[in-house]
Amino acid sequence: METYTFLRAFADSWHLLFMFCFFIGVFLFILRPGSRKVHDETANMIFRNDDKPAGDDSAPRMGRHADPKEAR
Amino acid sequence: MWDYLKLAVLGVVVVVAAIAASMARDLPYLVHMLVIMLAAAITFMWQIRRVGEPAIVANPNEYMDGPVRFGVVATAFWGVVGFLVGVVIAFQLAWPELNFQWAQGYLNFGRLRPLHTSAVIFAFGGNALIATAFYVVQRTSASRLWGGGLAWFVFWGYQIFIVMAATGYVLGSSQGNEYAEPEWLTDLWLTVVWVAFLAVYMGTVINRREPHIYVANWFYIAFIVTVAMLHLVNNAAIPVSFLGSKSVPVWSGVQSAMIQWWYGHNAVGFFLTAGFLGMMYYFIPKQAERPVYSYKLSIMHFWALIFLYIWAGPHHLHYTALPDWAQTLGMTFSIMLWMPSWGGMINGLMTLSGAWDKLRTDPIIRMMVVAVGFYGMATFEGPMMSIKAVNSLSHYTDWTIGHVHSGALGWNGMITFGALYYLVPKLWQREGLYSLRLVSWHFWLATIGIVLYAASMWVTGIMEGLMWREVDAQGFLVNSFADTVAAKFPMYVVRGLGGTLFLLGAIIMCYNLWKTVTSTAARQPARAAAVPAE
Repeated sequence: METYTFLRAFADSWHLLFMFCFFIGVFLFILRPGSRKVHDETANMIFRNDDKPAGDDSAPRMGRHADPKEAR
Repeated sequence: MWDYLKLAVLGVVVVVAAIAASMARDLPYLVHMLVIMLAAAITFMWQIRRVGEPAIVANPNEYMDGPVRFGVVATAFWGVVGFLVGVVIAFQLAWPELNFQWAQGYLNFGRLRPLHTSAVIFAFGGNALIATAFYVVQRTSASRLWGGGLAWFVFWGYQIFIVMAATGYVLGSSQGNEYAEPEWLTDLWLTVVWVAFLAVYMGTVINRREPHIYVANWFYIAFIVTVAMLHLVNNAAIPVSFLGSKSVPVWSGVQSAMIQWWYGHNAVGFFLTAGFLGMMYYFIPKQAERPVYSYKLSIMHFWALIFLYIWAGPHHLHYTALPDWAQTLGMTFSIMLWMPSWGGMINGLMTLSGAWDKLRTDPIIRMMVVAVGFYGMATFEGPMMSIKAVNSLSHYTDWTIGHVHSGALGWNGMITFGALYYLVPKLWQREGLYSLRLVSWHFWLATIGIVLYAASMWVTGIMEGLMWREVDAQGFLVNSFADTVAAKFPMYVVRGLGGTLFLLGAIIMCYNLWKTVTSTAARQPARAAAVPAE
């Protein structure tokens, strides 16, 4: 019962506050200045690489950081 | 070495399954063990014929579309099976004589009903989700599926799950939890397959060659992760024997009911909504050849949807032993859920802005738009029905059935058909579909079928709700339950008719897709000149 009471109190105080702030934070982050360019770019990404994976080099790259083309 | 290990494991599985089958305590368990034995034996034979051959080296510069092609075929096949069983049980309700005496205990309504729901949700919808997930994640990550043959394991493992679930229902093995009927053995197998699915998906996303994770992938990931969580919690059970199918649930009483509907509603929210929204955010922009209307809105749609959906389950338990505060919580979150749902619907529809003329010429885009329209309609109807006052009329009536089907047939069905029509020419390198005229036929048959289904269920649902609560001047109930059953007969016939039209449309689709693969000109690969230099 002790555990229940503790979890119950935690759930409707600190955790509720955390989830609320996270939720609002996500929306603010989406609307941050300069996001439009990223979003336009991402929205159009589906129109490439339709027939085969990207990149002519045979070595697969891990994520974006190893991609030399991204270092513009 | 790896080959020999696989052969050894498969051989052990065959022997153990055979022993377990011989010691089985009930018929469903016996059949399940035979299914496992057969599947392992076939895999063993397949494997042993390849021993000593040089290992096939997968080309990382090609997409792995084999499992997607098989998934498309499985989706069409299970779709027709699921719709057919649905039509049968619809007519069994209208004419109870169709519960044949010779098939009592196997093919009566009670046994076929979970077979129908699982066939359409998990076999048709699940295969559509796995196939499109594998297609979309490769294109939006610009890299081949991760995990080598693991994607094949996911496909075939999922089919084995379907066969085990389906045979279990007909033979009477059931936990009695809606949409979670399979017993512990089938549940454990699905868990293994699902973990492999998550691994393939996440591996591909991590290996991506695109800087960003496209929004469709977010929805697919939410679908895979949440369904895993729901499945594990709701199916917590202790087997009575390792040689029998029966198990005892860990949860009991009102907690059990709450967990079941937390599972049940989020099966709708994350299996039938989030996963299919992944399809919407990829296939509608592709078919319309325009990017999604607002990418910002799509991210808001995602976060708001997953934050709100998870709380909506208690609205299935209005006016029960569930505490009042929990019922009100479920109702409130269900109503709030209307907003992200309509945000998503607007985003899907407005993707066509500037390309509305395509609705006249392209029956596939018409199908997708109607799907989004039904998504909007069902996600308005749902919050409304979750209001306690409305629910006191609608609960336990056929209105609920109508609501589920306008979502399932209209939204899930139509968006899947649209995705299949998009995928088949791409996957088999065809110039285009065999016949757009037949797509139009499918479109109209399916749409009219849904309208007949939904309208008849509204009428019969509200009618029986009103009949159940009708009291005379002395306060006595006016109608017996049998009175409402008799009054529903004409609507039941109309419902069966609507289902028949929907099934007919799906059969036409299968013919059209078959002819697309077999008798349409191959696509010319000479398109390299059109690729812009980076």
